[in-house]
Amino acid sequence: MTAFSLDAVAAVLLIPVGAAALLATLPNYRITAGLNVAASLLTLLAAVSLLVTDRPQPGQYLLVDDLNIVFIVLNTFVGFTTSVFSASYIAHELDTGRLTAANLRFYHAMYQIMMFGMNLAFVSNNIGLMWVAVELATLTTVLMVGIYRTHEALEAAWKYFILGSVGIALALFGTILVYMAAQPIVGEGTNAMVWTVLIEHAARFDPALLNVAFVFLLLGYGTKVGLAPLHAWLPDAHAEGPTPISAVLSGLLLNVALYAVLRFKLLLAASPDAIAPGPLMITMGLTSLIFAAFMLYRRRDIKRLFAYSSIEHMGIIVFAFGMGGPLANFAGLLHMVMHSLTKSAIFFTVGHIAQIKRTQNIADIRGLTETHPGLGWALVIGVVAIAGLPPLGIFMSEFLVVSSTFARQPLLAMPLVFGILLAFGALLLRLTGVAFGEPRGSTAPAEASYVPMYSHLALVFAAGIYLPPPLVIWFQHVANLLG
Amino acid sequence: MNGLTFDIAHLLAGGLVLVSFMMLYQDRLFALINVFALHAIVLALSVAWQAYIQDAHHLYVTAAIALIFKAIIIPVGLHRIIQRLGIHRDIETAVGIGPTMLAGIGLVTLSMVLMLRVTPDADPLAREDLAFALSIILLGLLVMVTRRNAVSQVVGFMSLENGLVLAATGAKGMPLVVEISVAFSILIAFIVIGVFLFRIRERFDTVDVGALDDYRGEHR
Repeated sequence: MTAFSLDAVAAVLLIPVGAAALLATLPNYRITAGLNVAASLLTLLAAVSLLVTDRPQPGQYLLVDDLNIVFIVLNTFVGFTTSVFSASYIAHELDTGRLTAANLRFYHAMYQIMMFGMNLAFVSNNIGLMWVAVELATLTTVLMVGIYRTHEALEAAWKYFILGSVGIALALFGTILVYMAAQPIVGEGTNAMVWTVLIEHAARFDPALLNVAFVFLLLGYGTKVGLAPLHAWLPDAHAEGPTPISAVLSGLLLNVALYAVLRFKLLLAASPDAIAPGPLMITMGLTSLIFAAFMLYRRRDIKRLFAYSSIEHMGIIVFAFGMGGPLANFAGLLHMVMHSLTKSAIFFTVGHIAQIKRTQNIADIRGLTETHPGLGWALVIGVVAIAGLPPLGIFMSEFLVVSSTFARQPLLAMPLVFGILLAFGALLLRLTGVAFGEPRGSTAPAEASYVPMYSHLALVFAAGIYLPPPLVIWFQHVANLLG
Repeated sequence: MNGLTFDIAHLLAGGLVLVSFMMLYQDRLFALINVFALHAIVLALSVAWQAYIQDAHHLYVTAAIALIFKAIIIPVGLHRIIQRLGIHRDIETAVGIGPTMLAGIGLVTLSMVLMLRVTPDADPLAREDLAFALSIILLGLLVMVTRRNAVSQVVGFMSLENGLVLAATGAKGMPLVVEISVAFSILIAFIVIGVFLFRIRERFDTVDVGALDDYRGEHR
């Protein structure tokens, strides 16, 4: 079966590349939108097949293990649903003339290249290759954020570009330092960059060098996770780009960078004399959470609001992984999955709403449940979920984070709970007006695709009620791996 | 390793730091770009020297990229862009030269203290290269934060990237160096094309906070 599972890995990588080449050449946007969905579905199937087949032996470049398979399946799933949403969103943009057919060709090709970059980052067993893949995914999203060519979009893309570039530059320096630490033990050459080899020998690496390397890696990849104070690119990029891109940025790209941080955290944890990575991550996580929670109150733009909410949730996730231990890791992992699903569902909804109302200004969007019940209620469920109300999935993961923190570090739990409650208040405050106020703005009927958003929300709801035991066992296993 | 090869490598890497300092006080764009071209030439020499003493032939490719792409094509392209955008007369210093130089000295001291302390056992050449590389990276960041013009920010980023290439070549036998330098070249080409196509002149055209709020859809 090894050959077959290696094929599955190859498929996860090659389908997006092939699709990108094809999509770049085909002129008709209806066909390309359909092809984009089909390619994303095939990639998803290939990723799911990784679950059931035997894993290939880790090579010098590629690796499939229990940790990254969670990320790959989540990534390809949200990639697929977003492509479905994107098809209807894009059709509307073409009708209103905001995008041209040539733009769309470029957009679809970039979408697949971005999926390739993210999948490559997940399956790479080589820290150099991982860096290249993250850079690739960043570049493609920069291009898509700027696709409207408006002044604001270019400004956002430029800011994202510069901050993202500085981030990946710092991450590369960290990567070089890891190589320097490994080289005397493992020997020169590719082996000293292969993650599975590194983790085996990490105990004998020079701890001082590893410490410095981790600081650079945390700052570098942390910029891409959107951790405060390195988050400045994130709200702009979310607000000014096409909404499908906001959905994948929040739901997926932040996870890619987080995954990189986790890999290096494991490396550090395997070295007994190195500093504990936990406190650094806890500090950055809490800062992001509380900062973003305060920022939520001043938002006037609906996409910006949810962008800040992403910073807040990434803060919670990084905090949970920083705490470490089986329970907190489990909670962090679950929270990451739930956040990806919920936040992308919210962006699907917001995308359609902004198209109907022709504005992203919160004050001009009122009473959605009356005029557009399908979208309005999806937004209500999504916001209730993201704010952390029971019985939805995020409540459960937040509850686990908080309770595990209370059990071990009660003092840290206080700012955590404070931040969560603060964000909760801000989100519900905004939601009441948008969903239940006096209807305002255009009441044109929605031509929305409801399937992606409601399927995400259904999953989040189901996870809040009942988690299937195999899933729990799997996540527990991964949580133990994370140490 | 005999004394002379070490000294030459040391001289070239130290020269890069010096040229980074020269960038800090250039207040005209043309001059800044010329200094950057010099930076790239010194980098190319340094990488070529590393290729020679490590007997690593693939590093000659990296050196060639640095020489042809960064020392010739990019500076020439940027000269043209500046003339097209009509900003060649601009003088810009967001922070005074004195404080910038002092900050630069502080950053170099910081990176020396940090890198030399954590790498006592490493190969002496790699160790010094790392310390110099971190200085160049931090000085590049300093150029980026003290400038408001998009072109000079790009130049700052490219000098930062030169520091990374220096670090990567200094780490003996590191794989993927050539690939990474190619990836960076593509990245830079994208940035330069972006500046040109979208006529990006400054990060923010104004320092009026009200206008900025408006810009970001946060207008009340």
